[in-house]
Amino acid sequence: MQGLRNEWEAEAPQRTCTLEDYQGAAPRWCPGCGDHAVLNAVQKLARDKQLPPEKTMVVSGIGCSSRFPHYMSTYGFHGLHGRAFPVACGVRSRRPDLHMFVVTGDGDCCAIGTAHWIHAIRYNMDFTVLLLDNNIYGLTKNQTSPTTHIGEKSNTHPRGNVLPPLNPLSVTLGITNASFVAQTVDWNPPHLFNTIRSAYEHKGTSFVRILQRCPHFTQHIFAEAQNDMSQCRLLLHEDGIPLDPQLQRLFPNRTAHNPNDLAAARRIASSEDAYPVGLLYRDPNAARYDLQTQAGLGRSQAEKMAATEKWLSRYEL
Amino acid sequence: MSTSTADAEIAKSASAVQIVDQHIVEIVSDSGEGAQTCGQMFADLCARNGNGIWTVEIIPAEIEPPSRSRAGASGNRIRLGTKPVTNAGDCADIVVALNEQVLYSRIDAGALRAGTVVFVDRTWAESDDADIRARYAEAMKDFNDRNYFVVEAPIESECRKHTDDPRKGKNMWVLGLLCAIYDLDRGGVNDNITKRFAKKGDAVVKKNLDLFADGYDWTLAHVQQRYRVPAKKSTQPMVVMNGNQALGLGVMAAGIEVCSMYPITPATSVSHFLATALQETGGFVHQAEDEIAAIGFAIGASYAGKTAVTVTSGPGLALKTEFLGYAVMAEVPLVVIVVQRGGPSTGLPTKIEQGDLLAALYASPGDSPKIILAPATIEECFHFVITARKLAEEFRGPVMILTDANLATGQQPFPKPQLQADWLAAPVDQAHWDEKVPPFDWDAETGLSKRPIPGQRGGEYILTGLAHDEESHVAYESAINQKTMEMRSRKLAVLQSALQPPEVHGDASGDLLVIGWGSTLGAIEEAVDILRAEGKRVSSIHLRFLSPMEPGLKAIFQNFKNVMTVEVNYSDPVGAPYITPESRRYSQLAQLLRSQTLTDIDCWSQVPGSPIPPSRILAELRRRFDMLTKEN
Repeated sequence: MQGLRNEWEAEAPQRTCTLEDYQGAAPRWCPGCGDHAVLNAVQKLARDKQLPPEKTMVVSGIGCSSRFPHYMSTYGFHGLHGRAFPVACGVRSRRPDLHMFVVTGDGDCCAIGTAHWIHAIRYNMDFTVLLLDNNIYGLTKNQTSPTTHIGEKSNTHPRGNVLPPLNPLSVTLGITNASFVAQTVDWNPPHLFNTIRSAYEHKGTSFVRILQRCPHFTQHIFAEAQNDMSQCRLLLHEDGIPLDPQLQRLFPNRTAHNPNDLAAARRIASSEDAYPVGLLYRDPNAARYDLQTQAGLGRSQAEKMAATEKWLSRYEL
Repeated sequence: MSTSTADAEIAKSASAVQIVDQHIVEIVSDSGEGAQTCGQMFADLCARNGNGIWTVEIIPAEIEPPSRSRAGASGNRIRLGTKPVTNAGDCADIVVALNEQVLYSRIDAGALRAGTVVFVDRTWAESDDADIRARYAEAMKDFNDRNYFVVEAPIESECRKHTDDPRKGKNMWVLGLLCAIYDLDRGGVNDNITKRFAKKGDAVVKKNLDLFADGYDWTLAHVQQRYRVPAKKSTQPMVVMNGNQALGLGVMAAGIEVCSMYPITPATSVSHFLATALQETGGFVHQAEDEIAAIGFAIGASYAGKTAVTVTSGPGLALKTEFLGYAVMAEVPLVVIVVQRGGPSTGLPTKIEQGDLLAALYASPGDSPKIILAPATIEECFHFVITARKLAEEFRGPVMILTDANLATGQQPFPKPQLQADWLAAPVDQAHWDEKVPPFDWDAETGLSKRPIPGQRGGEYILTGLAHDEESHVAYESAINQKTMEMRSRKLAVLQSALQPPEVHGDASGDLLVIGWGSTLGAIEEAVDILRAEGKRVSSIHLRFLSPMEPGLKAIFQNFKNVMTVEVNYSDPVGAPYITPESRRYSQLAQLLRSQTLTDIDCWSQVPGSPIPPSRILAELRRRFDMLTKEN
């Protein structure tokens, strides 16, 4: 076939992956949990893109959202609390061929893993980050997270959270070398899917914060926004997240925003009148650390031995 | 001062060249005066001649300490011998100090003895600053009171004949002095200097040759007592390097392509070396945002294909322990190098200690069996990395290499390794994985299994630190937990079954057996050999495998009346207030050996922040023999 590389022909008969090829263990998230929608979107994307399951990799930390890899039937790394980013960076540092997703939560990313979040954004290695933000620690049963709203009660703040929440979008947009920052909501599957697809297609670290409902602990938090679409502000631009015009009209609050404009992105991210939904920022030219770490791949054993011998000889008497 | 060739000849004929089998030289200066370059060059020349050498860097804690201060001493100790030298030895025979104040740091460190020959730059006696003159005079009186053999040398004024900036020239002059004292062939040194400075142009070469010649001639003319340490050139190619460079070269020779680290003394220089060299084998050094990220990145890289290495020291190890446990639980091959320093907490960042053995073994939560190796020489630092990578892959888990600040900066010649293709990691396996084989296909006897690597079709699985079954599915069932714990532990027993008992240095039975690990090998054996020459029935063993331990230990111990460890870590001294046989805390290896062999193993350990010299070990062993005699 035209456009296909020679080695492709050797793989005949051509393989077609269905949704089932990406489905792992039955999800154990609560019924109504927003994580189900994200899982469906990722599996659908993998199917649409025909990602070979053996070449697909999901890395996570610890938390409800971090159970995500177990529900895929690709390769996965369910790691330590807060540490998904370093692992993902290590994998990516030598594997340009894998399709990589990092799934994290507001506790995992914005509390215990904050240092890694900041530096991973700066490294800008090629993977898609899905921050499943439900404003609460769910797995450990209802503790305040960094994104919990002020006044919200939890087991650790029974009189209500005393501090304003950390804004993951503002933080990410404040990090040098950020290259893709978007926000979407779990209850709008088309927008969710299109956002994840755009993130996947971006080369570099794509950071997607997903407002995610927790039916058990924080159902009320996004319920208003879900019922009253004016509480979201849809960001529109030809370089942004595409959305069917009919679906666009469901958002009474729409703003044109050029994702090249970092200052505007920061302004939008920090405004408190509505949840921005769409692509806030994209810089396809941001430096990518993975291109550096992968530069030496493919050396032959003989080349390696020759280089080692050269260095060893420097110490010869 | 000028020296005619005739004067030199007279001095030479009048002077005696004494043959010695080993000598210890130190050169110290303010930071930036090149004492380290001089020491390195001198050590290199001796090693080329075939002398055994061990060199130690003398490093100030600050980057730019005040000049003429005790805190500022920078330089080298070089112990040279006719035979291979295995440790830095005891007090110096000769010290060259570019000012009298830096010498005090060496005096404080116990590096000098009565009779040590001290060369001091006498320029300070003529300083414009009355305070400096006074301090110099005071020090000279003090040095004489301490019975050093002081030679005031006009180092700076001689250097001024050849350079306007004597701070940059003194090192070559002192090299001349040392080469004259040790009767080295000056022609060979001239060639060496010419080569070294050739890139900087003829004028620089000539200046350095002149400075060297001046130092050499001045010494011939003015120094009566000279020495020769006979040397025999090795028939095989030799290399000389420090332990951290050896570790770095071992990483390259092992085919490890990712070194992930966070700066920490005294481990960082491994990465400094690799930061330049590793990219030539196609790899790279990742400087992570913290110690946790450093090991996480290494684990990610390992999981994705080839075993990676992370390099740290005690405080970094503390931060890495959660991930270390993950590598054990999820069975990810990984090499972890720990260049130990003084603890606890930030402790003594630049100083030697062997205090992290138990932390390495036990610091992770739960039961986390892992392999721990301890090289005892610079040469072993190189070879153990190659072994560690292979073990990490064969036994599917982390392998730790514990070295220390003594090995890190000590330099020793060893036979140049002949690189071998099978030392390198195999290319990443991307073949089809048999779908019937689960990702943890534990062999029921050995616990060993092969891992699928991302990209292998049919091998897709989710790695997890949670309890899991053969399919790597999360499993909280008690039977599965019991079995998988057993499988991970079994691997250590399997490895032990493949090891040999340690060699006994000395007779296989006797009154006392001394056990060591790590960098103390040379000092322990030197002390043991002295006692054995006196007819004492003492032997030693040195452990290279600390987890699992080499087999047959109990059988060896049973042939000795007394068994003790010598370690550079803390143990309660016998006889101290409140210290009873019940309350006494033993040194770390002793604790392990006592529990593993049910043998009443004693210990003698110290935390001086410096390598324990053979004389201190000797003194302690003598004390033990005196006690034994009294008991009998």
